[in-house]
Amino acid sequence: MSRNHNHDGDGVSRRKVLECMTWAGTGVLWTLAGGVPQSLGIVGSAQAAEASASALTFLQISDSHVGFDKAANPHALATLEEAIGKIKTLPVKPSFMIHTGDITHLSKASEFDDAERIISQSRLDVHYVPGEHDFIDEEVRLYRERYGRGTKGAGWYSFDANGVHFIGLVNVVDLKAGGLGNLGAEQLAWLADDLTGRSNSQPIVVFAHIPLWSVYPTWGWGTDDGARALDLLKGFGSVTVLNGHIHQVMQKVEGNVTFHTARSTAFPQPAPGAAPSPGPMKVADDRLRSLLGTASIIFKPGEERLAIIDTPLQG
Amino acid sequence: MSLNLRTSAIRLAAAAALAMQMSAAHCEEASVTIDNFTFEPAQLTVKAGTTVTWTNRDDIPHTVVSAGQFRSKALDTDDKYSFTFTRAGDYKYFCSLHPHMVGMIKVE
Repeated sequence: MSRNHNHDGDGVSRRKVLECMTWAGTGVLWTLAGGVPQSLGIVGSAQAAEASASALTFLQISDSHVGFDKAANPHALATLEEAIGKIKTLPVKPSFMIHTGDITHLSKASEFDDAERIISQSRLDVHYVPGEHDFIDEEVRLYRERYGRGTKGAGWYSFDANGVHFIGLVNVVDLKAGGLGNLGAEQLAWLADDLTGRSNSQPIVVFAHIPLWSVYPTWGWGTDDGARALDLLKGFGSVTVLNGHIHQVMQKVEGNVTFHTARSTAFPQPAPGAAPSPGPMKVADDRLRSLLGTASIIFKPGEERLAIIDTPLQG
Repeated sequence: MSLNLRTSAIRLAAAAALAMQMSAAHCEEASVTIDNFTFEPAQLTVKAGTTVTWTNRDDIPHTVVSAGQFRSKALDTDDKYSFTFTRAGDYKYFCSLHPHMVGMIKVE
């Protein structure tokens, strides 16, 4: 059991046992989600079963890399369209979607336009954070023009939904030589302020492009000052950190914090250290769609752990 | 061939030779490739006046940035960026998209 309980007495109370059982149940769902590719039908019915008045289901989509046309997937726009097509057929409409960055491959206006044209077909509100690929136009203005309204600094912001506090962070700006992802002092100060006065029983969902935890620093998969952000979240009973960037599902639970990364809809990347570099991984055509996909996240009031279900495009 | 013409031809050849010498002295070239998220060679020593050209061989864009010195735009696959080093010194640089990628040009 990876969760830290505050055991005051020597024995484990009935309540604790029940809590553990709840967690075990969630964990099973989660293991299913992470380990076994599921058909959309199963996910759909799971969602239908979970749906209740006060529950919240939202989607995570990531790393669309619109404009990517290399060997690992010459049709990145088409696989994005497949993902959105599947979202459109979900039996229970999610409340909204978050996009954890790398919307485009090269920050071209045409790529942003194509992404918008496809993603808007979901008819869902989409809350974006940028990836490093969204800030490489000459004047670094296209992402901000489209998605920066109402945000602070390089594009960070927060909002509330069904009692859950959502925080979108930017860790792809002002990166330092030899370093990893970077939040910066200004954003951390904003985060501290944003959390001030909040009840520590309010569930928190933090989303950003590069993992906030140290996944594999050798490949740059981590955030230099991510630990400082997590320090600010220490007092909260339920914290879920959702990231992209590494184009594969990875998850970790540390105390009250659940870390999770989503698949890309464009191309897979190798497991940490499994290849000479983190570059796009070419797989057999009939395997590609089993390595691409989206995630749905279900919050039920009274349950600390949010359920995360990763759904591949196929398989 | 008249004497005049021959003289012109010799002059022309001499001028061409001189131009080639000048280019050898002032326009040396060197290259760095970007492959597998790595600058190769990671450290390169060149003479002042050398133009270094970086070529991105990855399927992912990279940049070449040296704080206060030079900054390429994002280089897509097979894109190139060149910079001419006129002064001696150690020029550390990195990819601003993947900052764990670092390199250095030593200019003598």
